[in-house]
Amino acid sequence: MTPALGVIIGVFVLAIALGLMARRGHVMSLEQWSVGGRGFGSVFVFLLMAGEIYTTFTFLGGSGWAYGKGAPAFYILCYGAIAYSVSYFLLPIVWRYAQTRRLVSQADFFVAKYESKTLGVIVALVSVAALVPYLVLQLKGLGIIVSEASGGVITQAVAVWTSSIALVGYVVVSGVRGSAWTSALKDVMILAAAVGIGVYLPLHYFGGYRAMFEAVEAAKPGALTLPASGMSPAWFISTVLLTATGFYMWPQFFAGVYTARSENVFRKNAVILPLYQLVVLFVFFTGFAAMLVVPGLKGAEADLSLLRIVEQSFGSWTVGVIGGAGLLTALVPGSMILITAGTIISQNIYRVMAPNASDRTVSLVARSLVPVLTLVAVILTLRGGQTLVVLLLMGYNFVTQLFPALILSLGEHQRVSAASAIAGIVAGEFTVVLLTVTSASVATLLPGAPQVVKDLNVGFVALAVNAVVLTVVALATRVRRPVVTELVRNP
Amino acid sequence: MRRYRWLAAIPTLGMLGGVPFANRVRPYVLGLPFLLAWIVVWVVITSLVMATIFFLDSRRDAEIAGATAASSDNSSSS
Repeated sequence: MTPALGVIIGVFVLAIALGLMARRGHVMSLEQWSVGGRGFGSVFVFLLMAGEIYTTFTFLGGSGWAYGKGAPAFYILCYGAIAYSVSYFLLPIVWRYAQTRRLVSQADFFVAKYESKTLGVIVALVSVAALVPYLVLQLKGLGIIVSEASGGVITQAVAVWTSSIALVGYVVVSGVRGSAWTSALKDVMILAAAVGIGVYLPLHYFGGYRAMFEAVEAAKPGALTLPASGMSPAWFISTVLLTATGFYMWPQFFAGVYTARSENVFRKNAVILPLYQLVVLFVFFTGFAAMLVVPGLKGAEADLSLLRIVEQSFGSWTVGVIGGAGLLTALVPGSMILITAGTIISQNIYRVMAPNASDRTVSLVARSLVPVLTLVAVILTLRGGQTLVVLLLMGYNFVTQLFPALILSLGEHQRVSAASAIAGIVAGEFTVVLLTVTSASVATLLPGAPQVVKDLNVGFVALAVNAVVLTVVALATRVRRPVVTELVRNP
Repeated sequence: MRRYRWLAAIPTLGMLGGVPFANRVRPYVLGLPFLLAWIVVWVVITSLVMATIFFLDSRRDAEIAGATAASSDNSSSS
């Protein structure tokens, strides 16, 4: 057994042990399992939120984008900062409302605000449609990282199966507490691994950061700036705004908000998380170094650039640490996705179909869904073809469609009808599917438009359709709340 | 009114609004090409601005809590 393999197995065992131990001293009701009994302080909420930023996508994809595309990768650094500054104001409102009504899922929020279980079912379906491919993405990344780091000793299939079984184990037992505990381990390793190699590689190969970027610019002129068309500044700005919009619409993120003990947690996090996100900078450094040191990876292979340069530059121990960190970047978000998907299906779909089900049954259904969802994800990971890529592309746009209905529900008085929210979301999702399947872009939709317009992220088209439909239906079905509620509120 | 909360819009406007103009390699700042440095600086500013708002909010909340406590003292004594 190589040291790398030993480190990976060690990290794996430690993560599972932490995940299982996290349960101690807690009786697992649905509220405890899904949202940690709403008792998490700043550190745990921070870990959950940060756990969602550093997924396999940031790890492999961040370096892969820097490697393959150059400056357009910088968008990853921008959208988080913007989403966090908005979170300062948005999340306390969401948290307060969820707290008083003991909500456990994102769909619950819509059900309560719009007083519509149908809307809840639709939000739940959208969530699951976005979450399952996202889980598959994490498992795919996990398979690649572990098999690469083990030098092929562990095959992707073995890595995916073993990790999935362990994942199911601690998710069923500990729920979101397990995610928080394993997140702590993950963050320590990511900080050590990502920052370590990002600091070291440019110094080692080029003698400095500026020297590295100058070498990149000399080898690939234009790689460090945005091109005039295509991934231009217009693309960059629109993509950052769209991604920041969708950021907190991910159901596992939204439900993560409910775990907090007090609303001040979010305010503190809004201060710290932008700085924490700068770790991505070091992932970029690694990608740029790899561009010159391990050239020639094409297309999707660019995602392997981080692993390749690490293998070439370090001993087996370091490769093991990277492999272990990579394993955790998949396990933590994976666990959050499973908990969220299980909760949503049991709470917002099953409970609607079986209105007499007891809380105990719903909780049992939620946890029983975990192995089922995992099995589906594993099969898709190992067998999935082109359809999967399409689903992945749609995921972010799917959840973004929940944004208009959410924002309009934040005021104290509900002014927009459930029918309009449903119409907007359905129209938006339909547009997303249509745009993705036809691989449309603004340039193909509006061939005569100026370049700045052509480069805008096509996701805005779906959001615009959503907003227009929502507005039209809202005007047609205006909510006229009886004055009584006003009297009750302001005695 | 908590008008200072509008400060939160500055980082977003600065970061993104500046991208078309900051889209260049030189001058290098702290070893980073200009566009990347521009973004990193704004990420740091985001944190500073949010810290300022947090500080002002906390002070405001403390004032309000103090005022409520004082008024409830008055009402109970009268």
